[in-house]
Amino acid sequence: MIEESNLTAKRIHEYLEHGNRFDKRNTEEYREIEVKCGISKKSEGSAKVKIGKTEVWVGVKMEVAEPYPDSPDKGNLMVTAELTPLSHPKYEYGPPKFDAIELGRLVDRGIRESKYIDLNKLCIEKGEKVWQIFVDVYSINDDGNLLDAAFIASVAALKDAKIPFYDKKEEKIDYKKPSKEKLPLTENEPFNFSIYLIGDKIILDPIQDEENASDGRLVLTVIPTKPISICSMQKSGEFEISEEKFSEMLDVVEKTYKTLFPKIQKLAESSVKSSKQ
Amino acid sequence: MAYTKRFDGRKFDETRKIDAKVGVVPNADGSAMFSFGDTVAIAAVYGPKQLHPQHMQNPEKGILRVNYQMMSFSVNERIRPGPSKRSTEISKISEWALASSTLLNEFPNTVVDVHIMISQADASTRCAGINAASLALAHAGVPMKDFVSSVSIGKMDKQIVVDVTKEEEDYEEGEGATDIAMSFMNRSGKLVHIQLDGKISHKELKEAVELGRKTCKKIYEIQRKALKEVQEMEKEK
Repeated sequence: MIEESNLTAKRIHEYLEHGNRFDKRNTEEYREIEVKCGISKKSEGSAKVKIGKTEVWVGVKMEVAEPYPDSPDKGNLMVTAELTPLSHPKYEYGPPKFDAIELGRLVDRGIRESKYIDLNKLCIEKGEKVWQIFVDVYSINDDGNLLDAAFIASVAALKDAKIPFYDKKEEKIDYKKPSKEKLPLTENEPFNFSIYLIGDKIILDPIQDEENASDGRLVLTVIPTKPISICSMQKSGEFEISEEKFSEMLDVVEKTYKTLFPKIQKLAESSVKSSKQ
Repeated sequence: MAYTKRFDGRKFDETRKIDAKVGVVPNADGSAMFSFGDTVAIAAVYGPKQLHPQHMQNPEKGILRVNYQMMSFSVNERIRPGPSKRSTEISKISEWALASSTLLNEFPNTVVDVHIMISQADASTRCAGINAASLALAHAGVPMKDFVSSVSIGKMDKQIVVDVTKEEEDYEEGEGATDIAMSFMNRSGKLVHIQLDGKISHKELKEAVELGRKTCKKIYEIQRKALKEVQEMEKEK
């Protein structure tokens, strides 16, 4: 088992020396991306995203909760990820392991720091009641780059979401009343990049074998200001990045973002429109 | 007031629209999606593979291990991630239902893992889960002596109905709602799973079981078709 993956890693390195990948993509090219919203009627919003064979489902649920003491007039956001044993034999049941916790935290940080959700508008009664947004991520098939898929799906599910009807007298949500009000979303739609280093080569959207062969990744979230800004970042893994390499990574992001972001944005928006919810 | 007309206008012996699709999780050895109307289940099978920890191994045959889980957003009130008493029981019940049909004598010390996830729930989720799992097991090529299909039969007041929805489950008029989830093996016609909540007479229960068996035959035909479709697709490749 170990030998097999070492051989694969070796082959990946050899290929990359010549700028090649197993599936003939160039180093910065993503696999085909599909976005579909409205996949679960009981959720406030939902989406599934496929990047190649990688597939992730995300649902948004909302509840009325107490605000956090340091933000009495703001809604709460919580992102949870489950790396399900259904999606890959390497995942097991039990308390979430580091990979699942980190994935949830990275999506959370990217969305939170982008200020994409206007949490100020999700206050019902200052200090007492606010909307709590749950974004729950499930892996369905893991063939690498789950994080970018999870991020795209989370943003699409937020776009798809409608705030349920809260009956103030009864102090509960009435799911029978149709909800039409969308979430208060801002212009700052976040987009996430996981940039992998394999030796000295930078690659985007790795398949699982490439992920396993990589030294680590730099994760960063971009928002569409003019010029673009970075609102969250994390170096993930035990590896070193030279300053030149770091700057090269940022250049790759800037270049790729220009074509990729509008494409994904369009995919998500047209899917929200056609979603029956 | 008697239950003379179903909430969604179906005939009493009619299931909701059934969709079955095989091969939805590429990583798995076998996988499938199965839905009754707005109840959607996906299942993936991994194995037979070495079972760890070793003390759980059976030197005489492979074991089947089923896990049923609802996605947090599959119902109105968000479900906290992780197992519950309910999901633990349904996992076991699905395992008992499916184990009868599999032949794992040739795979001692191994396990076949079946993972069931419900993405959208409108009652009868365990039945949809078992149906998806049967398909996934067949798709994985796990040796089977028969094929399991599952359906819920309900009694609304005095009326027996097929494939209960959440709205029907909550019916309170007259004698109220009785919900009977059941699974049968297709060829032998034997019952491999049954659960009941409610109140029903001997005679009505026998009627319900007979109707369940007939309905499972119809469900089996849909499952068979879905398997055939994927086999032909995979052949073309």
